Amino acid sequence: MIDGILGKKLGMTEFFLENGTAVIATVIEAGPCFVVQKKTKEKDGYEAVQIGFEEAKPRRVTKPMLGHFKKAGVSPLKHVVEFSAAAGDYNPGDEIKADIFKEGETVDVVGTSKGKGFAGVMKRHNFRGQPASHGGMAHRRPGGIGSNTYPARVWKGQKMPGHLGHERVTMQGVRVFKVDTDKNLIIIKGSVPGPRGGLVIIKRTSKGSRDSAAA
Amino acid sequence: MNVIIELEKSMMRSDLPDFRSGDTISVHYKIKEGDRERIQIFEGVVIAKKGGGVRETFIVRKVSYGVGVERIFPLHSPLIDKIEVKKKGKVRKAKLYYLRGRSKKASRIKERSRYDQIVPANVGAQLPVETAAQIEPDTGGAEDNSTAQ
Repeated sequence: MIDGILGKKLGMTEFFLENGTAVIATVIEAGPCFVVQKKTKEKDGYEAVQIGFEEAKPRRVTKPMLGHFKKAGVSPLKHVVEFSAAAGDYNPGDEIKADIFKEGETVDVVGTSKGKGFAGVMKRHNFRGQPASHGGMAHRRPGGIGSNTYPARVWKGQKMPGHLGHERVTMQGVRVFKVDTDKNLIIIKGSVPGPRGGLVIIKRTSKGSRDSAAA
Repeated sequence: MNVIIELEKSMMRSDLPDFRSGDTISVHYKIKEGDRERIQIFEGVVIAKKGGGVRETFIVRKVSYGVGVERIFPLHSPLIDKIEVKKKGKVRKAKLYYLRGRSKKASRIKERSRYDQIVPANVGAQLPVETAAQIEPDTGGAEDNSTAQ
């Protein structure tokens, strides 16, 4: 069984359970993904399967990649990612669908968070800021960033303003709320990093569940 | 987004009556007590409707023993047994938060007469032409454009 699948975040909505509880969930269009390459123990030293997602126009794909897709017998794809899997189970060109996950399972979800641009310390590092009134004029400034004689420099890693967001974020132990195999939808309980339409990687969880109490 | 709209459509309830801000409604809400389920009726004025799709909610306000009570219900919740529209109010705003500061006397809402209602387009189309034409001029109130009961 393959360990993950690629998908596109479609957006969020709400589901009602029978007891009236509303569950907020994210809808992900997961697949169809196609196997592009197999990695085998003999050839590569480990077993894995490389899969691709979302058809791309051939002119948007580099020539080397075009050849790679041609070899697998699949149409050019936008995203290619490798997952560990028993390579014997899959052949290039095979389709991988949302049904590799089932309801109630816990997974890890990887996405690229929404870019926030150049952000100050209050937004970026949750600093408290400084007085808004009473003569304070350093409203959203960071304050001191170190001491004088020693170390006489700013420590590495000092939290400062800078670019926030648009980075790879992994959510561990999130729960699969529903799987629609016909429409290839995986519905994840809660939120998922990234904007609508963003690429999302759903993997088998490396840890336990985030909400073990609620099933 | 289309996939989500479709998903939501399948979960939305169509059995509830149309109502809008200013209407007096009673919400029959299922309450679970242990194994028993009973129905609680909450009657009051709708002061706001918010959100769209399956996430739509509405706020009902009533004054109980001199204390204002407001409840927010998810419109498509399975816990809503039924909704009865008791009175249709004639109001000029979608959000009636101004009622919060008002005395009972000042918070009265005029009833919407049938002359304020607009016949939904599809109903008018089904009527014979001359009947539809008779109804049309009566619609008058330009601010009311939702469906009539």
